Formats: sequence, structure tokens, C-alpha cells
Amino acid sequence: MPTLVTPRGVRQVEDLWLDSAALDAATGWQLKPEGLCRDDACLIVPEELRHHDRVDVAGLWTRLGRPVLTSGDAVYLGEDASSKPALQAGAMAPDFTLRDLAGIEHSLSDHRGKKVFISSWAPW
Amino acid sequence: MDLPVWQALTEELADEAFVVLAVSFDTRAPDQSRPWIEAANPTYPCLLDPEHEVADLYNMVNVPNAVWVDEDGRIVRPAETAGTGDEFRTMIDPGGIPPDDLTRMMRRRERYVDAIKDWVRNGTDVTSTTDRTHSPDDALAFAHFRFGTWLAREGRDEESRAQLAEARRLKPESWAFRRQSWELEEVGKAGSPVFWEAVKALGDDAYYPPPDLPGLD
Repeated sequence: MPTLVTPRGVRQVEDLWLDSAALDAATGWQLKPEGLCRDDACLIVPEELRHHDRVDVAGLWTRLGRPVLTSGDAVYLGEDASSKPALQAGAMAPDFTLRDLAGIEHSLSDHRGKKVFISSWAPW
Repeated sequence: MDLPVWQALTEELADEAFVVLAVSFDTRAPDQSRPWIEAANPTYPCLLDPEHEVADLYNMVNVPNAVWVDEDGRIVRPAETAGTGDEFRTMIDPGGIPPDDLTRMMRRRERYVDAIKDWVRNGTDVTSTTDRTHSPDDALAFAHFRFGTWLAREGRDEESRAQLAEARRLKPESWAFRRQSWELEEVGKAGSPVFWEAVKALGDDAYYPPPDLPGLD
């Protein structure tokens, strides 16, 4: 049974043919009559990647030009450069939500209206 | 360490609409990050990023790397060295860092912090011309890296190493990849002779490329 790993989380799946709910949970894409949709954009799913209400997620990911990495039973669905935000002055800073030591969540967007200085560090 | 520097900055700019978000890259967070955070006792948020999500999101390659964001949530300065310099490279030599280098190192950090203050207090234009948008290899490297850290968390060390090695091959400029990989192999290895050898092998290349701000070269 493959383990599907994405930046959204980890799930055990029977195989890589996912129904709409599993696909949505793993990738944020939804299977609709008009195709595969995310936000306002829909893609037509090629015949060979769709079987009734299921989609071959690895095939789809490859078709989208995104990395599909495998190691043993684990399959990682990554992002390609075209799905990454612009990182230059004037571009919207991509939002993120992380926890502090107390387990409290903080998002960059909580601080709209302030100047924000984000700095990385590591104990190593 | 940087956390106390950002705390001093936070205190100095307490009356301004300004916040520091410190992000700790460590796959073992919070255990490893906790003592550092508790020692600095910061009033600004110290966030734990065991999956290097912010590194990926902003294409950061080292620590400390910083991003400046304005009131509207727009990037002013994409990921860059947060004012540190390469003078540290002689600290393992006999005699340590020469005094002149030490002075230069501290002055550079001061200038960087001064630039932040200027931006916050006076609205000084500090717009960077750097573009850190991911190349196809950057995106693929982060996928391998994040898959590798997930495999490590699962205890699948050998599989993890293969993914991390591919990440480093695709993005050799990422010291965050290298040092986190070493640390996963063995705690402490990120600061071991292996690290110092790798730094030495840079030759004339910078470990901390200077940001495009005046006086910081």
C-alpha cells in the first residue's frame, strides 16, 4: 500500500488512483465535471488518467510537470518552479503558518499593517 | 547567535509597527531549538519549521537568511544573508579571528541592523533588485530535500540520505541542505571538521554572499 506524501500531509492509499475527496485532501485539486479544478482554474483530465471517479495522481502530477519522487512504498508529490511564487521586491510575500514552542500558531498574514523581518536560524 | 540581536532590535523599535519572525530550521524541532529560544527569551514570535517550509517558500539557502516584508504584505527584500559575514571562517585557525576582521564583522552586522531601523522608522527605500524565484532545479531540490527529511523522521535513514544527496547535488549553494543533512547523519556534524573543510573548499567564494545594501560588501 503506497504512502502518499505531499507538503499538505501524509496518507496511506490503496493505490495511486484517487477519488475526488482523497485527491482534494492530498493535493488541493478537486475533480469536477469540467475537469480538475483548483481555485478558479480547471484542467481537462486526459482520458487515460481518469477512470470513472478516480484519477491517476502520479500520472497527473507528471503531466503537470511536477516532481513525483518514489522511495520504497513512499511517493512524494512535489512542486515545480511554475507553481512557486515570485520572490522579488513588489511580489506578495507567500503566507505561512507555523507553531511556536507553546504550540501557538502564527501566520505571516497576522502581521499585515506592520513591517515584518523574517529571519532563519538553526541550532546546528 | 542571532536571536538576542533581533530581541534588541525589537525593543528599540517597540513603538513602531514592526515585528520580527524568527524561524528555526531543524527537523528535530522543538527539542533542539528550545534551549536557544529560552536563553534569548524573545518577545517576538519564534517559530519552529521542522520541514524547512519557509526555506522552501522563500528559497533560503543558509542561516541566517532574512526576508523583509512591508505593511501590505509585499516583499521588499527577498532572501539574503542577514548581515553576517565571512570573517567567521578564520575562527578555527590558531589565534582565531584577527581583531580587525572581528571589528569589520561586527560593523557589518550593525550596518545591516541600522538599515532595518532606517526602513522601519524613516521609510527609507531599501528595495532589493535580487530575484530569488525558484529555478526548475531549485523546486526539484526542495522536493528531494523535504522528501528526505520526511524519510528521516520515519527512521528510513538510508532512503533519506539518497534523497538529501540529490537535493544537495541540484542546489549546491544551499548550506541549509548540507548542514541539516550532516546533522541528520550525526548530531554535531554540522559544526564538525567536515563543515570546516567544506567552508575552506569554497576558496574565494562567499559562504555568506553580501546583500545589495550600501556598506555591506
